[in-house]
Amino acid sequence: MTAITDIRLAGWRRVQAVPTALPPWPLAALGIAIGLAALLPVFYLFVRAFDGGSETWDLIFRTRTAQIVARTALLIGLVTVVSTAIGTLLAWFTLRTNLPFRRLLAVAVVLPLVIPSFVMAMTAIEFYSVGGVLQGWLGVFGLERISNFDGLRGATFVLVLMTYPYVYLAARGALRRLDPALEEAARSMGYGAVQTFRMVTLPILKPAITAGALLVALYTLSDFGAVALLRYETFTFAIFNQYESALNRSVAAGLSLVLVFFAVLLLAGEGISRGRARYHRSTVGTVRPARDIDLGRWRWPVLGGVLIPVIAGLLIPVGVLSWWLIRGLVRDQAMTALLEPAANSIFISMVAAFLAVAMAVPVAVLAVRYRLWWPSRLIERVTHIGFGLPGVVVAISLVFFGVNYARPVYQSNWLLLFGYVVLFLPAAVGAIRYSLMQVSPRIEEAAQGLGRRPWRVMMTVTLPMMMPGVLAGGALVFLLTMKELPATLILSPLGFSTLATVIWDTSTDAFFARAAAASLLLIALAGIPTAYMVLRDNSYRSAERE
Amino acid sequence: MTSDQIDKALPDDSLPGGAVLHIEDATVRYPAAENPALSHFNLEVKSGEFVSLLGHSGAGKTTALRVIAGFEKVQSGYVRIGGRLVASSFAHVPPDKRRVGLVFQDYALFPHLTVKANIEFGLAGMDSAQRQAQAGKMVELTGLRGLEGRYAHELSGGQQQRVALARALAPSPLVVLLDEPFSNLDRQLRSRLRREVRSILKDAGATALLVTHDREEAMALADRVGIMHEGRMEQIGRPSEVYAHPATPVVARLAGPCELVPGRIRGTEVETEAGMFTFSDADERVVDGQSVLALMRASELELAHAANGSDGPDLRIAYTEFRGEFTEFGVRLTSGRTIRVRRRSSEDYSEGDPVEVSARGESKVIVYPAD
Repeated sequence: MTAITDIRLAGWRRVQAVPTALPPWPLAALGIAIGLAALLPVFYLFVRAFDGGSETWDLIFRTRTAQIVARTALLIGLVTVVSTAIGTLLAWFTLRTNLPFRRLLAVAVVLPLVIPSFVMAMTAIEFYSVGGVLQGWLGVFGLERISNFDGLRGATFVLVLMTYPYVYLAARGALRRLDPALEEAARSMGYGAVQTFRMVTLPILKPAITAGALLVALYTLSDFGAVALLRYETFTFAIFNQYESALNRSVAAGLSLVLVFFAVLLLAGEGISRGRARYHRSTVGTVRPARDIDLGRWRWPVLGGVLIPVIAGLLIPVGVLSWWLIRGLVRDQAMTALLEPAANSIFISMVAAFLAVAMAVPVAVLAVRYRLWWPSRLIERVTHIGFGLPGVVVAISLVFFGVNYARPVYQSNWLLLFGYVVLFLPAAVGAIRYSLMQVSPRIEEAAQGLGRRPWRVMMTVTLPMMMPGVLAGGALVFLLTMKELPATLILSPLGFSTLATVIWDTSTDAFFARAAAASLLLIALAGIPTAYMVLRDNSYRSAERE
Repeated sequence: MTSDQIDKALPDDSLPGGAVLHIEDATVRYPAAENPALSHFNLEVKSGEFVSLLGHSGAGKTTALRVIAGFEKVQSGYVRIGGRLVASSFAHVPPDKRRVGLVFQDYALFPHLTVKANIEFGLAGMDSAQRQAQAGKMVELTGLRGLEGRYAHELSGGQQQRVALARALAPSPLVVLLDEPFSNLDRQLRSRLRREVRSILKDAGATALLVTHDREEAMALADRVGIMHEGRMEQIGRPSEVYAHPATPVVARLAGPCELVPGRIRGTEVETEAGMFTFSDADERVVDGQSVLALMRASELELAHAANGSDGPDLRIAYTEFRGEFTEFGVRLTSGRTIRVRRRSSEDYSEGDPVEVSARGESKVIVYPAD
């Protein structure tokens, strides 16, 4: 696709001006519009925070803020370290050793991803806290004392279960691409198995693990549901409270800006840690699969260890939810119809997925095919903003914007959808960008050489070949939207409830059976796109191995 | 009026001599590159002709191909296809309007389409019956009958290649461009497919341009071979002609295994450290006493055991390599440089033997002015 002006010359056929690396103008305009839309929340936060005047800033920079920052940093540090260790070890055990049932486990350990953090927290409180299920079981053995579960301890526990799959997936991908010849070379030079892992394997996996750890840190920074239920006041929670109290909403905007600053700091830190070393494979030819490491008599004990996150992150939450549901049904608790919120959830998540994908395709095409046009890269970076922005922040900013400048969309689904798209656009762009990179430009050239116009090439060749990425991106946005809580709470029009908001309302009011039914429904619905992604990934990989 | 209608309304102003493809003085310069990728490049391909471009990587072969196809623009010069100006500094016809067929190194088959749909891809303008007929003809021509319903990944490398060829030929392009089409195949398959591709192209009456860095491929397939170096066309002609009379040392090296040995002109002979040789200098570029480079082609030299008390240079066999139909002998010159001589395998020399080297039969050594 080229920017072309038709010119007519005497005696010549219709000829066209020399092409440049410029994208066609509709695509360029669309890209710029998407970039500006993604920037809107941050931009408006600035406007709002500086509207508040010096009094606002006094409120922001008080000692209490510093305490909250310290608490947040402590939680992020703990969660990131523990999740990274668990995720990396799980990847290594399920991929490189002769662990029993490892194919099944490889999928099972990802599944805690489908459980929203507030559901995980809710069930964890029921199970582990004083007077909970675990204490009852321990009582059988005469163990009565159990320490308190909420606060830092509980928040760390729940968030680790929520986040280790990010590190696991990143480490697993990198481990799969790792050329076993590198490890064999180290072994032949006299390094033992453990030393080789530490000196060769781990350093090569570092960029992937760091990327996964960054996701964990950002997730922890932006999580709202778990810390709210476990009463550990982090920055996100504090902002939400500030906003709800409605005394001075400029303070909420100002605090949000501080939070954005932290997210940027985390992202910058990752960039620096990456450094200049190259980690991709320098050898030619295909990687042959590595030989499995024999765990010997440790096979079964390791299996027990690997099962812990699956039990704690999946079986216990689902078990508790089922118990609540059965108990509620037996006691004939009143259950308002969940049909409407479920329909709302599915509808809004599907529309959000569709919109995010529709906006991600032009961004990905610009970033991959028109890299030389300098705004392309800028637009792609800008769309990544949602990645570091907590849902609370985006929602608060959009509320301000809606109230002041866009009254017609305020209190409508459009503003909510806009929030979802800003938050989850990077996930869609990532998936689509990756699949577009797999489409060789030669194929597009072949199609154009056969007489198809550039936009027809896009529709008949490029788009069909990108379809796996488009579907994966859409599934991911669907899943994330289903689980989203804070932005949904703030931006939902009055009377519009989704499964997530129903769970939130009922759990805080202790209508456990209703919360359980909604949670199980949500997990089942979120499980569909997750299963699709995991299975697609697996069949692709097994095809690759042949 | 669409461009197609304009195309039909105007007569074909074909070039004299039946040239389908005509490139004149084309220059391509990439931003941030020191040297142009294509520099004052000229090429003319006649209807039905098969021309190959041979050169090292970076010689500009692929750039030339992309200029013809329309994926690269020229800063100066002209490209005409079928008599129509398609590229110049001020005009550019997009690739989809050039009627050029492309066969890529990795074939670039559409993985989401069947063999038949791949072949029919370029026939969108035809009605269904015509399209069926044309696709059927291509399937027949390339021997793909029975495989029409398969997908690319269900085909062997050779079959994929034939699909790529059928797809490129189906819309009856004015010229077919082949970019290193054999480099992904193993050696044995390669020579078979080479003949296959040539016969398919000739049966289709297609005009074809192939680029490759493989000497054998370029020489064996084409009616004419063009040698490219640093973005320029160094020489173009029939393969035998280019081999026998390379215009420059660069061409000589690309056209066959050889050594260029420094020497000096002494009357009708050239004196080198390998001995005295009669030389040919068709262009009369050299004068008596001038220092030159003498082309020593492995297959154009003879070996003999050195006679006792010979006053010739001290040449010794450095290595022998048995290659089946011939044996390659490395002859070490006094300077330490080694030249290759290929002789029938019945001749017997051992490492360290003193030898004499001479030109075979009546053949003369080609010399180039040294600068």
